Amino acid sequence: MAWVEVREVHKQYQREKQAITVLDGLSLQIEEGEFVALMGPSGSGKTTLLNLIGGIDSPTSGDISVAGTNIARLSGAELARWRSNTIGYIFQLYNLMPVLTALQNVELPLLLHKMNGAERRKRATFALELVGLGDRLGHYPRQLSGGQEQRVAIARALVSDPKVLLADEPTGDLDRKSGEEVLQLLERLNTEFKKTIVMVTHDPHAAERAHRLVHLDKGVLSA
Amino acid sequence: MAIPLAYNVRSVFQRPVSTFTTAAGIGLTVAIFIGALALAEGFRASLVSTGSNDNALVLRKGADSEISSAISLESASIIRSSPGVATSPEGRSLASPEIVVVVNKDRLGMAGSSNLTVRGVDPAATGVRTALLLEEGRMFAPGSDEIIVAQRIAKRFANCEIGQKLRFEQRDFTVVGHFSAKGSAFESEIWGDASVLAPAMHREGVYQTLVFRMKDPGQFPAIKKALETDPRLQVEVFREREFFAKQSEMFTMIVTVLGTFITSIMAVGALFGAVNTMYATIGARTREIATLLVLGFSPLAVMLAFVVESLVISLLGGLIGCLLALPMNGITSSTTNFSSFSEQAFQFQVTPQVLLAGLAFSALLGLLGGFFPALHASRRPLAAALRGG
Repeated sequence: MAWVEVREVHKQYQREKQAITVLDGLSLQIEEGEFVALMGPSGSGKTTLLNLIGGIDSPTSGDISVAGTNIARLSGAELARWRSNTIGYIFQLYNLMPVLTALQNVELPLLLHKMNGAERRKRATFALELVGLGDRLGHYPRQLSGGQEQRVAIARALVSDPKVLLADEPTGDLDRKSGEEVLQLLERLNTEFKKTIVMVTHDPHAAERAHRLVHLDKGVLSA
Repeated sequence: MAIPLAYNVRSVFQRPVSTFTTAAGIGLTVAIFIGALALAEGFRASLVSTGSNDNALVLRKGADSEISSAISLESASIIRSSPGVATSPEGRSLASPEIVVVVNKDRLGMAGSSNLTVRGVDPAATGVRTALLLEEGRMFAPGSDEIIVAQRIAKRFANCEIGQKLRFEQRDFTVVGHFSAKGSAFESEIWGDASVLAPAMHREGVYQTLVFRMKDPGQFPAIKKALETDPRLQVEVFREREFFAKQSEMFTMIVTVLGTFITSIMAVGALFGAVNTMYATIGARTREIATLLVLGFSPLAVMLAFVVESLVISLLGGLIGCLLALPMNGITSSTTNFSSFSEQAFQFQVTPQVLLAGLAFSALLGLLGGFFPALHASRRPLAAALRGG
C-alpha cells in the first residue's frame, strides 16, 4: 500500500442550499519519501486535497489512508491526536504565534508529546539550527524577515518528526531569493531526511523541485 | 496538554487599548460592588461593636427598639435593686436607666437638618458603658445643663463645639466634652444627665431603657428569666451587644440588596464589554486558533486557553476595582438607622475579605464573559477557519 493513498474521494460543500463539488472521485497514490507538487488553477481543489490528506477536513465519501491509517473514519479528537503524530503543516502565511519567540513557536507541537522542558528545548533548538536559524531562537516573528518566518514554520512542522510534510503555497508570500531558500530547504528535508512532502503551488519554478507533478482541474486529476 | 499560559498572557498585552478598556469597565463594576460591601460591613461593624457582652439591656415587652420602649420609674428601681446587677466599689448599683429621644438638628456646612439621638443617662453610665472615652473637654456634671457630644457628630452638626450651646425644646445645653466609643453606634449620640434632660424633653416619669452590668454575665439566662417573669415589670431582657447587632440587620440587608441591584446592572454592561472584547480578540486571531488546532491541540485546550485569557483581563479589572475602592476605606458617612430613625455615622470598611470578594466577582465576570466566545473559537470548522484568517 502506498504511503499516502486517496481512493475515490468526493468532497462537496453546501453553500446556500447548493451543493458545490470540489473533488469528484479523485484517486492518488504517493510513495514514502516522494516529493509531490500539486498544481492547478484556483478552485481546482488543491488545498482541499491537501487538507483532506492532513486530516484537517473530512471527505464526503471515499477513503484516505496515510502511513497505514485510514483517517476518513476518525473522530475530531482522534484526528487531532493523529495530526500531532503524523503531519507537519507548512502554511503560506507561516501562521506563527506573534507573542511567542521562534524557539517557543517551534516547541509548541512538542507540548502534545510526553517530554520534559529540557528535551523540548533541545529538539526545538536542533530544528531551528537545521533551518539555519540557530542564532534567532529568542526572536519574535515581527523581528524576522518573511523568509526567516517561513523557516521557523518549517522547523515547527518537522520538530515532532512527522511522517508527512504538507506545504500549502510555502513560497507564495516570499520574494524570489527567500522562496529559493525555502525550496532548497524542502529539497534537503526530502533527500537528506527522507521526508515525504506534498506541496501545493502555483509557481512552476517551485514545482520543478518536486519528483512528481500532479495537476488538478475541477476536482479531478488532469494530464 | 494545555496551551502555554505565556501565549494567552502575552496576547492580552498585545492589545493594550482594548484590554485596558474592558478591564476598566470591569474595574468600575467591581469598585461599586466593593463599595456596597464596604458600606454594609462598616454599618454592621458600628452596630455590632455597640454595647458590651457584660451588660444587659431592658426594654418594655414587645418593644423592638429603644425609642418605642417605656420603663416606669418604679420598674427601673425594682430592676436596679435586683440581685443580678453588679455594684461599684462604693456600693452603687451599676445600672443606667436612660431616656432616648430623637431631635432634629442643623447639619454643619450643608443645607438641611437631620435626626440625632439624645441619650439621657444615669451618672453611673460611665461605669456601665466602659467603651466611652472622652477625647476632648470633660464629662457633664450630674444635675447640670451640660452635655457631651460624640466626636463624629460634632464634625457634622452645627453648635456642637465645646462651649457652644445646643437647644432642646426650650432649654439650652452647653457642650462640655467630645467622646468616642470604639466605633460603636454611641458615636452618633449626644449624652447628658437623664434627670435634667427628661423634664426638658417632657419625658418625666418614664425611661426608655435600662442597661445594667451583670454581676455574672454567665448567669444571663437566669437573670433574663427572673426579670421577664416578674409580674410587676412586663419587660424583655437582651444582652446589650446582641440587641444592637440585631438592629443592624435590616439596614445591612437593604444596603446589600440595593448594592447587589446596582452592581447587577453594571455587571451586565461589564459582561457585554468582556464578551465583545473576547469575540473581537478571537475574530482577530482566527488563523492563530486554527493553527493551534491543526498542530493537534484539542478544542477543549483551545477553549480553556481563551477562558484563561478572559480571566486574565477580568482579574486585571478586579485589581483596578480594588485600587479604585481602597480610598473609600475609613471614609465616614452617615445614614438614617431605620431602627432609631436617627443619624447613624459609620466608616466604610474595605476589609481584605471585601477585596477578595471583589476579585472573585471579577473572576466570575471573566468566566462568564469568556465562555461563549471561547466555545465559539474551539468549534469553528478548521478548513474554514484557516481560509477565514
